[in-house]
Amino acid sequence: CSEPRSRYIRRNFTESSALLTRTHINYGVKGDVAVIRIKSSTSKVNTLSKELHSEFMEVMNEVWATNQIRNAVLISSKPGRFIAGADINMLATCKTPQEVTQVSQEAQRTFEKLEKAAKPVIAAISGSCLGGGLELAISCQYRIATKDGKTILGAPEVLLGILPGAGGTQRLPEMVGVPAVFDMMLTSRNIHADSAKKMGLVDQLVEPLGLGIKPPEEWTIEYLEAVAITFAKGLADKKISPKRDQGLVEKLTAYTMTIPFVRQQVYKKVEEKVQKETKGLYPAPLKIIDVVKTGIERGSDAGYLSESQKFGSLAMISESKALMGLYHGQVLCKKNKFGAPQKDVKRLAILGEGLKGAGITQVSVDKRLKTILKDATLTRLGHGQQQVFKGLNYKVNKKALTSFERDSIFSNLTGNVLKVDMVIEAVFEDLSLKHRVLKEVEAVIPDHCVFASNTSAFPISEIAAVSKRPEKVIGMHYFSPMDKMQLASAVAVSLKQGKVIIVVMDGPGFYTTRCLAPMMSEVIRILQEGVDLEKLDSLTTSFGFPVGAATLVDEVGVDVAKHMAEDLRKALGERFGGGNPELLTQMVSKGFLGRKSGKGFYIYQESVKSKNLNSDVDSILVSLKMPPKSEVSPGEDIQFRLVTRFVNEAVMCLREGILATPAEGDIAAVFGLGFPPCFGGPFCFVALYGPQKIVDRLKKYEAAYGKQFTPC
Amino acid sequence: MTTILTYPFKNLPTASKWALRFSIRPLSCSSQLRAAPAVQTKTKKTLAKPNIRNVVVVDGVRTPFLLSGTSYKDLMPHDLARAALTGLLHRTSVPKEVVDYIIFGTVIQEVKTSNVAREAALGAGFSDKTPAHTVTMACISANQAMTTGVGLIASGQCDVIVAGGVELMSDVPIRHSRKMRKLMLDLNKAKSMGQRLSLISKFRFNFLAPELPAVSEFSTSETMGHSADRLAAAFAVSRLEQDEYALRSHSLAKKAQDEGLLSDVVPFKVPGKDTVTKDNGIRPSSLEQMAKLKPAFIKPYGTVTAANSSFLTDGASAMLIMAEEKALAMGYKPKAYLRDFMYVSQDPKDQLLLGPTYATPKVLEKAGLTMNDIDAFEFHEAFSGQILANFKAMDSDWFAENYMGRKTKVGLPPLEKFNNWGGSLSLGHPFGATGCRLVMAAANRLQKEGGQYGLVAACAAGGQGHAMIVEAYPK
Repeated sequence: CSEPRSRYIRRNFTESSALLTRTHINYGVKGDVAVIRIKSSTSKVNTLSKELHSEFMEVMNEVWATNQIRNAVLISSKPGRFIAGADINMLATCKTPQEVTQVSQEAQRTFEKLEKAAKPVIAAISGSCLGGGLELAISCQYRIATKDGKTILGAPEVLLGILPGAGGTQRLPEMVGVPAVFDMMLTSRNIHADSAKKMGLVDQLVEPLGLGIKPPEEWTIEYLEAVAITFAKGLADKKISPKRDQGLVEKLTAYTMTIPFVRQQVYKKVEEKVQKETKGLYPAPLKIIDVVKTGIERGSDAGYLSESQKFGSLAMISESKALMGLYHGQVLCKKNKFGAPQKDVKRLAILGEGLKGAGITQVSVDKRLKTILKDATLTRLGHGQQQVFKGLNYKVNKKALTSFERDSIFSNLTGNVLKVDMVIEAVFEDLSLKHRVLKEVEAVIPDHCVFASNTSAFPISEIAAVSKRPEKVIGMHYFSPMDKMQLASAVAVSLKQGKVIIVVMDGPGFYTTRCLAPMMSEVIRILQEGVDLEKLDSLTTSFGFPVGAATLVDEVGVDVAKHMAEDLRKALGERFGGGNPELLTQMVSKGFLGRKSGKGFYIYQESVKSKNLNSDVDSILVSLKMPPKSEVSPGEDIQFRLVTRFVNEAVMCLREGILATPAEGDIAAVFGLGFPPCFGGPFCFVALYGPQKIVDRLKKYEAAYGKQFTPC
Repeated sequence: MTTILTYPFKNLPTASKWALRFSIRPLSCSSQLRAAPAVQTKTKKTLAKPNIRNVVVVDGVRTPFLLSGTSYKDLMPHDLARAALTGLLHRTSVPKEVVDYIIFGTVIQEVKTSNVAREAALGAGFSDKTPAHTVTMACISANQAMTTGVGLIASGQCDVIVAGGVELMSDVPIRHSRKMRKLMLDLNKAKSMGQRLSLISKFRFNFLAPELPAVSEFSTSETMGHSADRLAAAFAVSRLEQDEYALRSHSLAKKAQDEGLLSDVVPFKVPGKDTVTKDNGIRPSSLEQMAKLKPAFIKPYGTVTAANSSFLTDGASAMLIMAEEKALAMGYKPKAYLRDFMYVSQDPKDQLLLGPTYATPKVLEKAGLTMNDIDAFEFHEAFSGQILANFKAMDSDWFAENYMGRKTKVGLPPLEKFNNWGGSLSLGHPFGATGCRLVMAAANRLQKEGGQYGLVAACAAGGQGHAMIVEAYPK
């Protein structure tokens, strides 16, 4: 027997690379297979830009013209990144819908050429393959993807208020079936490699490699390429068929979808659902349904035409501009603007009140930070631990984690060690309690340890007043996906926790609470004026808020809302008045604290989905009733009374320097407070709706109610 | 001359022993080198340690290793273990009352005989006064049994140990599903007819689906073959290389079998069947034949096939281990010393089968030896791809720097000294029993081929690994 050979046999092809070096795409020839490698040297990810598109065409033309080449493999040289989508800036430079339509049509033509070419192309996918990237991949004859967590496929266009504009709406239904295609495009769900394989979105999976004779990520790409080449040869030799075997269920679904009546029912159902969810505020989902329908019912020519036209018109409307603005803002907020922290936070302690503390703990252990959770009583600590476990176990049930990974992540939640780098306090909003906690903690923590207070109302300077080292005391406020803070290491922690971050200046209520408080106050006034709860909720949701205004108070907690209102009114004065705070006070005294206590404006019961009104609140409302002012009480005015107070306060925050940029304000409002995403945040809303019109509105309300509406 | 120099070493004062130890380390000890020049040229030092008892292998045996589902298929694991134990009694004629302790390794446990060591010992004619326990550490269970014994002897707790291992893959415990088990247990506790009926009403057909013993890693849910295939790819081991290596293993095993070198095998009269005298999995084929097989785990482009993997095997092994002075006092001529050993563990996902790579340099360093000092390598062959990936890892500076924290590579074991009498690929791999086979192969090879040191290494599920130095007992 011979000594093991040093070279991998599959790699024994000689490679002749094309002489020209391009910015985005290059190719080499291995035997009779052209390996086309995408590697945009100008950015971190590969995006389908105009330049990339034209280089791709250049390369393909060469490949098609070279006789020696029989087939091609399309692969990204960036580990973990295939093509993240089309370049959004490309759309931003277009001035008319026609221009955008043209962009779409060019891409359609290229991809069609690719699809129909005699030389098969295999897309070798490792990493994110989204939007335009997916559309390119499905134009290839065969798809191979690495089976790892980083490989995701999806059509997220709807999140930007547009639709897949490069043939995606036409090719996808054929590949995965109509029901699945609606699911993909309307929910913009990320599809992991193995479900993509099951759906028929990819044809073959490649196992990612672990450590070996090169860094695993790099080596996995080379392996993927080698496997793709063998498949390319197989395809060219007709040893492998690009057709895949469908399961029985799939065949049945496919069959039923050939019945026109069934199809019509599906369209109808999906449309109804979309109407219900979007309340008509987002046009893109309906257009997507329409385009898919056109393709299926009237043939692909009509489908492609409709796709490009609708793509053009969608890209120019305010909703998509707002959503794209949010996207840019989010990217911006995920960057660390403060540089590397002096000391990495490795151990984190969280002190705190039930749900919130546990929530922060959850995001921390999830990112493998050693976390210590402490609570006042063993029972409450138990609840916290259970919540963390439940969150992880949910992922196990969803097959996103194995039970073993869950256990090993859960082991990051540790016990009673105080050698921590950072303490996050999430005790109840009570200044003296916070002072006590701060003093107790400072007695035992090491010098470098950062103390972060989770407060939504108190200025940090007030909390830090009792600290021995106020420079290490910061504020951190978590919303479900959002937080704000003031220190590099805190930023680093939150980045590790996978959070979108906005940083604000210290001040009463900071930014988010300050915006929310006036709106809440207006909610109370509106209720006092006799608008019933359900109507108020439906008015707010139909404006685009994810939950109704009254429900929001319940969610936040009536006691918290009361605290917020009182503190801010004390600190910032009459502008935060409006409704009678007595309503909240009385509710708190009766124990109606919102969802957490089971009763607020509504009654909450475990396992009961429908909400019932809490009739006990009625009597309080009756006792505080005020006459409505008819000139400002129609539905639209109610909506605007809420929104303009929010927006007005946001602008004030920017002016006072609490906020650094409007983009951050938009992000925080949308992701933290649920400001309607279709307006892209308060600042974007001002721009889209027109500053003058808002001022006019404010003036009208000012005339009715006074100072609270004075435009800033 | 050789005898004079090596044998009385253990009687030498400690200081000079240390001097000799250092003498072969080329850099660290020029003064000692001058002090003991005569020894350095002729022979190597022994690995005896001051104040620690020497542990010797008197002898070891095994049943023939058979493909599962063949002649042993109607047996129970303790039957097979008993065969190895009686074989050892016959081979060594050790008086049963001197055995202090019996330890066996096993992996897939028969629940009825979960302490299989005790059940087998009782039936094999050992004294019922000899305690026995069973250990499990995947494919290095027998190694664990041996090293547990070494520990008991070295610490003075015992003088005579029987260590072994057994695996019967022809029969594995297939259980009722958890739901069915729960129902049955609840039914047991139910007091009234009403309670019973209400429990029975909860029965669903899917409760009857059986639960097979896991073939995959519990922590990663990946089967070992799958992991081996990825490992082979990660180290760029080709299909051809793997097939060539498997062919080598089978050819060498066949040669060893034909030449009668596999002297640890004892015949086993299987009740109701013929006497089994030799291993039945050795099947040298041709590269062409092997190339025709489809990948067994990663389809369709993987490289691990049935022909280049070890097969499911039934078999048992047993060894008589003693304190050296006890063996000599009883008039035995031991075969080998059991010297330094090392257990290692790594990530069970990507480094599942790299145990030998990690354990080898550590055990060599611990013993003060280098790769060149080893005359017989006996590595467990789980898969051709695994062995070759370990070779490539050991031969890679990049791997050593990045994953092992070493400045230079471990270095390759020379193939002409490696698994010369076949390995797990060809002889078979009864999980719990392989460790003793490796040690006996090393000991017997050192006796037959000459040479002083053998190195035994193995990987195991869970990302663990083991290595041990076997030193030939001076003739």
